[in-house]
Amino acid sequence: MAQYEATPPLDTSFVRQLRAGDTVYLTGVIYTARDAAHKRLVELLEQGKPLPVDVSGQVIYYVGPTPPKPGKAAGSAGPTTSVRMDAYTPQLLAAGLKAMIGKGKRTPAVVEAMKKHGAVYLGAVGGAAALISRRIQKVEVVAYEDLGTEAIHKFHVDRFPTIVLIDATGTNLYETEPPKYASGAETP
Amino acid sequence: MDMGQTADSEHTALGGIVMRQINVSEVTDLVFRLFIKANYFIGEDIMQALRAARQSERSPLGQDVLSQILENNEIAAHEEQAVCQDTGLAVLFVEYGQDVHVVGGDFEEAINRGVRHAYVDGYLRKSAISDPVFDRKNTQDNTPAIVHTRIVPGDHIRVIAAAKGFGSENMSVLKMLKPSDGIAGIRSLVLDAVREAGPNPCPPVILGVGIGGTVEKAALLAKFASLREVGKRNPDPRYAALEEEILGLVNRTGIGPAGLGGTTTALAVNIEWFPTHITALPVAVNFVCHASRHAEGVL
Repeated sequence: MAQYEATPPLDTSFVRQLRAGDTVYLTGVIYTARDAAHKRLVELLEQGKPLPVDVSGQVIYYVGPTPPKPGKAAGSAGPTTSVRMDAYTPQLLAAGLKAMIGKGKRTPAVVEAMKKHGAVYLGAVGGAAALISRRIQKVEVVAYEDLGTEAIHKFHVDRFPTIVLIDATGTNLYETEPPKYASGAETP
Repeated sequence: MDMGQTADSEHTALGGIVMRQINVSEVTDLVFRLFIKANYFIGEDIMQALRAARQSERSPLGQDVLSQILENNEIAAHEEQAVCQDTGLAVLFVEYGQDVHVVGGDFEEAINRGVRHAYVDGYLRKSAISDPVFDRKNTQDNTPAIVHTRIVPGDHIRVIAAAKGFGSENMSVLKMLKPSDGIAGIRSLVLDAVREAGPNPCPPVILGVGIGGTVEKAALLAKFASLREVGKRNPDPRYAALEEEILGLVNRTGIGPAGLGGTTTALAVNIEWFPTHITALPVAVNFVCHASRHAEGVL
């Protein structure tokens, strides 16, 4: 399992060399978006209108943070369940999105789009929200402020640790790892 | 004895029966404190279970995930910040002593005021929306709370407050099994739900299993079971054995911490049961993530 340091925007060639299980430390700017923001972004793409954020080469983190306490750069900010975004994801991948950070399964359509366009699905540990907040140095709202916690935020991060869950060949850590530890539970 | 003579600022005499008076402001204060505590501090029972799991976990990646979870919970407690960004919907189980007279306002509104105070002033995320189908507008203060009140003997009010995250809640299932499905049917329902959920509910999970009653009773039993102290078994040895058996099976699915493979998929399986109909075997499975946030207090 290799370790990489990366700063978005990411090149397709870099993304295609990542393998499921690799660690990627992200530094620089990543964007947040959840279902409500995805819906609006895809509506704009369908109308042929420009997006409030150019997603080409970028990383989207599926998160709705808590408000920061006074004096803190960020509130608690762990990943949310990714599958809620899947209805919209192939269109964002076609628009050049290179990586998504979340937790949980993806639909086959998303994995196919990742293979086609060269993108990776990165994981952060669900529920490790206070730990992750320490890697976030600055938070700005860049679009859809009316959505509150679901607005698109720009996170300035320093060595944000992620693991490649699904790589651009379609290899999926959620499928390869659990069988190694399964024992006799198939026939209860 | 003249009951009227025993009445004072804390008691009222009503038709010859002495009632303990509790002002709604005390209810609000308690609910506020419980939601702050639940969201910032993971219970020692769960921390101990996580530490034990880190020792026994066979997957190196799983061990790393458990270490991150433990470190996260320590940071949250130290910094007094939310353990998880999904600070959930506010769910309360209230045992209301029948000799208590709540004064000064509306009881459920007092609970909602406590929730509002905690979520707005405690830097917790507001995740409640107005209606589930049409508007889906954020209510901005995480109300309304979901309140389950039971009237019990005595003159106290006991409150269990849970901040229920929905990554796990959304994986929950309920099925009206046939009596002939029996224990094998219960096992399969739980294991199928765990496998179907995979990484989504943030394992290692705590599973509340409600068996019996009606459709809504089974769901309520499952929720209540999920809030039991980790490590405590059902007092009925038959149900306790079933809890242990299902926990063992769940931990042999291989799903592991964060679903990345391993031998720790659940920290506990807790069953609560209730008498049911001659034709029925209702079973509900309520998932709680490793960040099981709940706190208890008494007035």
